[in-house]
Amino acid sequence: MTVWESIEEFLAEPTTWSGPGSIWARLAEHVLVSLAAVVIACVLVLPLALWLGHVRKGSDIATAVVNIGRAVPSFGILAIAFLILVQMGAGIGEPWAVLITLIALAAPPIFTNTIAGIQSVETSTLESARGMGLTEGGVLKSVEMPLSMPLIMEGLRIAFVQVIATATLGALVAWGGLGRFIVDGFAQQDMGQLIVGATLVGLLAILAELGFSAAQRATTPAGLRASR
Amino acid sequence: MMLAQEATPLIDWEWIGRNMGEIVDRTWQHLSLTAVSVGLGLVISLGLSVVALRWRWTYSPITWVTGLLYTIPSLALFALLVPIVGLNATNAVIALTSYTLLILIRNLVAGIDGVPGPVLEAADGMGYTRRARFWQMEIPLALPVIIAGLRIATVTTVGLVTVTAVLGLGGYGYFILRGLNTFFWTQILVGVTLSVALATVLDVGFVWLQRLLSPWARRTG
Repeated sequence: MTVWESIEEFLAEPTTWSGPGSIWARLAEHVLVSLAAVVIACVLVLPLALWLGHVRKGSDIATAVVNIGRAVPSFGILAIAFLILVQMGAGIGEPWAVLITLIALAAPPIFTNTIAGIQSVETSTLESARGMGLTEGGVLKSVEMPLSMPLIMEGLRIAFVQVIATATLGALVAWGGLGRFIVDGFAQQDMGQLIVGATLVGLLAILAELGFSAAQRATTPAGLRASR
Repeated sequence: MMLAQEATPLIDWEWIGRNMGEIVDRTWQHLSLTAVSVGLGLVISLGLSVVALRWRWTYSPITWVTGLLYTIPSLALFALLVPIVGLNATNAVIALTSYTLLILIRNLVAGIDGVPGPVLEAADGMGYTRRARFWQMEIPLALPVIIAGLRIATVTTVGLVTVTAVLGLGGYGYFILRGLNTFFWTQILVGVTLSVALATVLDVGFVWLQRLLSPWARRTG
């Protein structure tokens, strides 16, 4: 059987298009857990990063976070989270281990880019803002945050794209998501399922990247847009 | 009582002792997959960077294509390569190499672009050919930025090699996958710990290499 024939065969099966294991269900799982991870990471990390950036501390912490984050393989975090949760009584197939791993993965880029963004605002700008009578909170909200928006959004983009990509590994710890088709394709030596799954995952990642780049342009303050 | 939990220790040292041979084999596999991929990535990136530096308009399409490759999740890229090259080390190396390109090209180009103009004029004035200037002036002066890229590419690759376990390879990732299937803590922890250790050792190695190769920059580290 050629690759094309097995792809056609997989696409012709009714379970591919409807039911809990369908492409739509897997896509929804994949995207929902990814979005949840990025939102939770933001809630956890943004306040601290904004404050550290505002008081001009945290560059060292940020560097350390990046270096450590890069050295620990996501597959490893996922495996450890999965085993801990199973021993604590979580059911197999539940998304919690994946969610925790993805939060851990999303947090570093958001954290470091936010700190870097806030700290990149020039001292003279801050002095003018304070001279105009802005409070510290006002400086952060009306000056530092808008000016650092491009870098903060860049951090969110990196986090989101990475999370969408890594959610694929969830299938290795018995969760769903689009990675399910790839892992099952490998396990059952089902070339059609493997290729369709991989194509969908690749397309989703590229879409996430392009979509986010568009969102980035939209959220850049008008005053900063001309200079780019 | 917590005693029941302690009956199965987190680290089964006896297992580690019994499997020392396998651990050494997997270390070699992890290291060689990383080295071949980053090495190949560096050669390709050097070529593409030279192109991008000479014909400026090519830089943007080059980073666009390598950026696209970088975006594709590893599991998906391994899978897409199966019908073309099969389930083997070639598959892993092609995928892992393609992930290094964006990082390496960006740093190569930025590093070489960062070489001050007067230095280049001095080299030209001293009669350097374009090729000699590139290898003897631009590359050495760009070395800190290039090595920064190599460090990121290498550490990232060490992490990604663990995922090649689905291709029957994996290096230390083999232990992680096996440990997951058997719910055996020792194997998972051995896999993760050694992977982090390998990434750290290689990272520190590059810092040393940089000191060795650019003695004039030692003051700033």
